This record gives sequence, structure tokens and C-alpha cells, in this order.
Amino acid sequence: MKVLLPTPLVEYTARRREVEAQGATLADLLADLDRRYPGIRFRIVDEQDEIRPHIKIFVNRAQEASLARPLAVRDEVLVVAALSGG
Amino acid sequence: MGRLRILVGSRKGLFALEADRGRRKWSMSGPHFLGQVVNHAVLDPRDGRTALAAVRAGHLGPTVYRSEDGGRSWKESAKPPAFDKAASSEKGMSVSHVFWLTPGPASEPRRWYAGTSPQGLFVSDDAGRTWRGVAGFNAHPQRLAWIGGLQDAPPDGATLHSIQLDPANPRHLYIGMSAGGAFESFDDGATWSPLNRGCAADFLPDPDPEYGHDVHCLRVHPVSGDVYQQNHCGIYRLDRAASRWERIGRAMPRRIGDVGFPLVLHPRDPKSLWVFPMDGGTVWPRVPIDGKPAVYGSRDAGGSWRRLDQGLPRAQAWYTVKRQAMCGDGLDPLGLYFGTTGGEVWASFDEGERWHCLCLHLPHIYSVEAALAD
Repeated sequence: MKVLLPTPLVEYTARRREVEAQGATLADLLADLDRRYPGIRFRIVDEQDEIRPHIKIFVNRAQEASLARPLAVRDEVLVVAALSGG
Repeated sequence: MGRLRILVGSRKGLFALEADRGRRKWSMSGPHFLGQVVNHAVLDPRDGRTALAAVRAGHLGPTVYRSEDGGRSWKESAKPPAFDKAASSEKGMSVSHVFWLTPGPASEPRRWYAGTSPQGLFVSDDAGRTWRGVAGFNAHPQRLAWIGGLQDAPPDGATLHSIQLDPANPRHLYIGMSAGGAFESFDDGATWSPLNRGCAADFLPDPDPEYGHDVHCLRVHPVSGDVYQQNHCGIYRLDRAASRWERIGRAMPRRIGDVGFPLVLHPRDPKSLWVFPMDGGTVWPRVPIDGKPAVYGSRDAGGSWRRLDQGLPRAQAWYTVKRQAMCGDGLDPLGLYFGTTGGEVWASFDEGERWHCLCLHLPHIYSVEAALAD
């Protein structure tokens, strides 16, 4: 399925903001993303499997807090990272 | 080992200053990691090629980058420092940022240590490619008592730092914590003991608490094994035949006081050290006293101090020098360097007698570390 990434993460994806990944849940999808782009998952999710405080994940434009959220092949996943501070 | 290379970590990236061993002509390269926080970057003195950088990209979580060419190119660690996953019934810990990096002993050329915020200790045995937690500290049943709660943490987060090795015994480790105090382990990190007797913690009710102190910078002398400490309340020395710290900062001029962040030891002379005093009055401005920056040096292990400010601004300089932002270069005479929160790097090539500005206009500097590059 289509995954849209914020600019701070494109160093992992050869500067592509739109990539493909697979998974039956958000957790599976992030694991697949990390296989394709090693290191990217830990920038989105911490070691306790919590989405980092200034990251938001949307599935079909609805924000999701749980990595257990089931996904369908045609879903679109959007990762947003806050850019803030001076 | 040929050229002298200084890695400068900042709030907005990493820079490198380079000179020949005469230290006459300097060049600057970078930035690497532009826009990302670099809390610490260290070139390994054991090989002059491996370098590690503690990096955090905004809100994206912490990591470590590693270089095999002295800091010219970088690759991310495959497994950065991270706490163990907690049981589902417990609240687990998450590394906010990697704060401190220390190369291991000469006998283990691929070993490195890392300290994090919140206070965690990590080790790598493959030159920073992968990291694992030191369970003897991170899972110690007393750890939470030692480090306290949110009210004990500095504004930028509580940290484990100043990871130091006993030159006579690489299994003997020291750490400093802000907050938590100084601790030591004689078994490569398996067990830990507080090492704070004699140190003030004037923000705690107990006049001589066992732990809970605010260590700013702790250094072990590479020849004598004696330990020096700049902490929130003063400057201290612990002769390793003793078990109680002596407040050597009492010999500083009363008007200057003995609050500060960094502390640098002479690598060959166990009695020579340098500090950068800060205003620790009232609301703790943490700036040079009266806006007049000065390094203070001692040649008698802290028995007396001398002001070393020739070449530094005479007035209206209000920066801070952070705990990783002052170092020596190991050459003879020893070169000393410090970086400021105003983005300046200053150098002395005669052990603090005269100071020269190497560069201006960098971002807020967090760390300055020198080593000879291969």
C-alpha cells in the first residue's frame, strides 16, 4: 500500500516521500518499512512500541494511535512529523 | 597519526576544525547533519579513524552515527541505544537522546560506551554498529531512587554522562549523572556503588547524602587514576587512596566561586587541570561572572588557581560553556579548546596562557572534542 512520509525521513528512502510497504496491521507495515529502509521505524516508534510524541500516523486521513490497527491493501498511510522550535 | 581534528557538536549540526600538529593554520568543514542536534561527537584516539556522533533529528528520536574516515562520511548505527521493551503491565523507558560517548580501553579497540537521557548506560563491542543496555545499571533495583523524579531533572532532560575508565583496570568504570551523582563499578558494569561522600548537594536536605547529586563533569586522570569533578555545587578531587571528595573549589577566588560545567585534565601531569567558572548566583545565570569570560587553571591539583583570560573578551560576553564543550588535544604543550553557546570556538596553544578565536557564528555548541586523525 501507499505510505507517505515527511521530509525528515526521506534520507532513509533515497529522498522519496511516497513509498510502498505491506502489512496486515500498522505494526506489520512499520516492520516492513524498516526491512526496506533500515532504521526508519525507530525514528517513528520508540523502544516501547509507542508512536513518538511529535509524530502522527493517519490511515485514510484518520489519526491512529494504536499500532494494532488493521490495514487493507488499498489503505493509504500518512506519517507526519512536527517541525518546531527555534 | 597526522593532523589534529576537532569535532564540534552543535544544536544544528556537526562541524570539524583541522590543523597540522603545529596548530598554525586551521580549516573548517561541515556541516554534517545540518539541522539536527549533535550532543556529542568523538574521534577515537585509539585509531584516529573511527568517530561516533550522538544525533537527534528534531522530534524523530535518537540515534548514533558512525564514521570510519575521521568524520568525513557517516552511517547510522544498525541498532542505536534503546532500553529493553517493558512487560505489558509496566511502563517502559524510552531514550530521548544519546548524550555522551566514550571510547573503551585500548585492550578492547572496538568497545564504546554511551550515556543517555533519561539516565541509561549502553555499550557497543563493534565500534558503534550495534548497542546493548548495561543491565547492571539500567535494570538496577535502586536506579529510580538514585536518579529521582522529574523535579530532579535539568530543563533539557536528565542525563548519564562522564563515562570514565580507570587507567589501571578497564573493568573499573565511573559515571556521572545529572541528577543522581557519581557512581563506580568494579566489574565492567555488573554492579554499581554511589561515590559521593564529601560532595555537597545543597538542593537536598541531607548535608551529606549518599546519592542524588548533580555531577556536571567527572574526569579520571589517565596516569594517576585520581578523579576530579565539577558539579552543581563546586569543584572536587578524589584521590583514589581515599573515599571522600575534597572540595578543591574552595581555593577559587570567592568572587568567582566554583560553579561551572566542564573540567579538563592535563593528560600527562596529574596535578594540572582547567575549569570555566559560571555565575551560579540567584537564578543561576550560567554565564561568565560579570560577563568577563575566563578559564581558571591549577598546577597543584586544585590547591590554588590562576585566572587565564588573555585574548578572551574583556566585557559583555554572556555565553555558557557546556560540559562536553571544553577539551585538550594531547599535544605538548597541551592545546585547550572550548566552544560557547554563542557559536564561538576558542583555543589556547600554551596551556591556557593566551586564547585565540578559531571560529565564530556556529550554532549553539554542545561539544568540542579533539584527537589526532590517522
